[in-house]
Amino acid sequence: MADAILEVFRGNQETGGAKQYTVPIAPGMVVLDALHYIQANLEPDLAVRWNCKAGKCGSCSAEVNGRPRLTCKTRMDALPTDKPITVYPMKSFPVIKDLVTDVSWNYRVNKKIPPFTPKPNTDWKMYQEDMDRVQEFRKCIECFLCQNVCHVVRDHHKKEEFGGPRFFVRVASLEMHPLDNVSRAGLLKDELGIGYCNITKCCTEVCPEEIKITDNAIIPLKERVVDEFYDPILKLVRKIRGTAKAD
Amino acid sequence: MTNQTKYETHEHDVLIIGAGGAGLRAAIEALAAGARVAVVSKSLLGKAHTVMAEGGIAAAMANVDKADSWRTHFRDTMRGGKLMNNWRMAQLHAQEAPDRVRELEQWGALFDRTSDGDILQRAFGGHTFKRLCHVGDRTGLEMIRTLQDRGVQLGIDVFMECTVIRLLTDGNRVVGAFGYWREQGRFVVLKAKAVVMATGGIGKAWRVTSNSWEYTGDGMALAYDAGAELLDMEFVQFHPTGMVWPPGVQGILVTEAVRGEGGILRNKNGDRFMEKYDPKRMELSTRDVVARSIYTEVREGRGSEHGGAYLDISHKPADYVKQKLPSMYHQFKELADVDITKGPMEVGPTCHYMMGGIRVEAETAASSLPGLFAAGEAAAGLHGANRLGGNSLSDLLVFGRRAGIGAAAFANKTSAPSVDPAQIAEGERDMLAPFDRGEGENPYTVHRDLQEVMQNLVGIFRVEEDMNKAMGELEKLKQRAARVRVEGSRLFNPGWHLARDLKSMMTVSEAVTRSALARKESRGAHSRIDYPKLDEQVWGKQHNLITRDGDRMKLQQAPVDAVPDELRELVADDK
Repeated sequence: MADAILEVFRGNQETGGAKQYTVPIAPGMVVLDALHYIQANLEPDLAVRWNCKAGKCGSCSAEVNGRPRLTCKTRMDALPTDKPITVYPMKSFPVIKDLVTDVSWNYRVNKKIPPFTPKPNTDWKMYQEDMDRVQEFRKCIECFLCQNVCHVVRDHHKKEEFGGPRFFVRVASLEMHPLDNVSRAGLLKDELGIGYCNITKCCTEVCPEEIKITDNAIIPLKERVVDEFYDPILKLVRKIRGTAKAD
Repeated sequence: MTNQTKYETHEHDVLIIGAGGAGLRAAIEALAAGARVAVVSKSLLGKAHTVMAEGGIAAAMANVDKADSWRTHFRDTMRGGKLMNNWRMAQLHAQEAPDRVRELEQWGALFDRTSDGDILQRAFGGHTFKRLCHVGDRTGLEMIRTLQDRGVQLGIDVFMECTVIRLLTDGNRVVGAFGYWREQGRFVVLKAKAVVMATGGIGKAWRVTSNSWEYTGDGMALAYDAGAELLDMEFVQFHPTGMVWPPGVQGILVTEAVRGEGGILRNKNGDRFMEKYDPKRMELSTRDVVARSIYTEVREGRGSEHGGAYLDISHKPADYVKQKLPSMYHQFKELADVDITKGPMEVGPTCHYMMGGIRVEAETAASSLPGLFAAGEAAAGLHGANRLGGNSLSDLLVFGRRAGIGAAAFANKTSAPSVDPAQIAEGERDMLAPFDRGEGENPYTVHRDLQEVMQNLVGIFRVEEDMNKAMGELEKLKQRAARVRVEGSRLFNPGWHLARDLKSMMTVSEAVTRSALARKESRGAHSRIDYPKLDEQVWGKQHNLITRDGDRMKLQQAPVDAVPDELRELVADDK
């Protein structure tokens, strides 16, 4: 069986560099299999996060040949073998060791989001046609590849004032929940900085769940923010009617 | 003061070990009862095994089949478990599951709907009625996200990527845990008035498994070390349908929902072989039966190209398949180059779930040790000798909640914990020893050999000769596991992590093998070639019970609680 050369980042935030490993290729092998081969046979302390190895948990994110990917879903036979396959940690997060990064920022952002708040006295009837669009957002496996690739985070380092695509998707899942009763437009505008997003769709491109992040989550949320804060007539109407939420 | 240690120390009323469905549900309930709660998990929050659950949550809501009721669910669970179940757990589970599902919905979960706007339910193996509340084939993701968001919002402390290496005890009372941060390798003392084990299963001791690296039996081994009882460890579920090809994906789960939605199993000759093994229920027979049937077809030379069976759903409209089984569609397309809307999948049995585990009381989830509770897969009793699909997620909710209540109530009436520095020192010494050895084996090698032993000798079909051999091999592996060497530093070092996890796997593997040797009958998931029949007179009336006796593992039998008269006719045979 043929061999592949993997070039894997070893080190931490301060120091480190690429190291090459030769790995035998098996049919259907994915990059995570190759990393496991390295751990079991060559370097047992190679740090990698993974859980399900089936594309369901979103733990094994890394940058393979420069592209943010789940390593458990990246087939070796889909990559060119004439040069080494590079595997680097996600660039937007501090490296703890090797391919493991500090993603705690994401958990901090999540805490800012007001939870699902049902309408009072609901009978909990919901219809599939109202839920399809929300269920798309609920498919998110929190691999954080969208956060990693978003230029607001990656290039402009605006972690303090920006929430990132993952959390726009989460807010969208709450805002468009058929029975939710609070508005998160203020949060989107101020704390999550949705205005920084200039809809380049990088996040949508890397989403392993194929969620149309930009078109289906971010753009409608931007419209809600505009409606709530920048549309003078609607603002006046709401003030008079006392409606809590843009719908 | 003896409580002072040099280690980072945290103190809570309730410490929950494991952040899957059971652990998070327990945390939410303990917090609601006013306890200060911490959850420790080996992985990041939201990555626990629950996220991989696919098919659904079993609850007799009767949204689709109006005739369903808790009584039928109780009956199905007991009969699926071959009456080895703790009847009271099965009753509470069947009665409470619908409320637990409604609660999830009230916390924001979005289940697929009926045309009336209610939660949709699908058919599953061993369930008389359409009973599984689901979200396509990603029900577990919906459930863990809902619980995770609820818990975070309520204010639980979550200690992510932290491994517990021993329970701390005061006499026989459990007063906390000692562990380490996987990231930095630093030790941490977690004092608590009550501890809930919600650590899941043991599948990583087998080579072909649907389980992730986390499933190394930690909770059962830690509880055993501390003196708790382990119940019916021989009952290990092999899910009938794991992927078989290509090699790297062998064992990855193929949801039972494929069969629930109408999938058909065939052998290489095109025969629908379930007609032979269970003509009444066919593909929707219980998992033990379907797994054995596939295994038998393969063994007798009628297997698929890569040694499995063919599972076909392509007779259903492609759009329907993609809507109801989206992750299966992607999984096969991306990992196996198979379009399941056009042709069959290749599937075979994969080690999936542990019915045995820590022995608990039905009402409170209390173990035999004061201050120690257990819920979910780490606990035993509900599922008896075989678990029905969909009964795991409902188990997590029903008994996670009960464990949370039980632990908070215990914490409320108990004194502040006092930990023993000698136990901590011992834990540290054991943990650091692999770094100090000049030579020794790589833990990965020992793990691989353990998996081969369990796979080949304590698998779906068991026989005394094999298991005696396994006992000898396990003894050797135990010696090897105790002498592994770890390279590198304590910073996020998977080899070191595995060296510790191996110890847990050795304990549970021995417990499984001893129990399986003792049970001289075939019942549910436990199939003996040398004792192919049920033995109602002897083994129908007793459980296996494992405890620690010094350095030795002790096996005893305990009577099965008789089902009370008012429930007995529910579980009786049809005729």
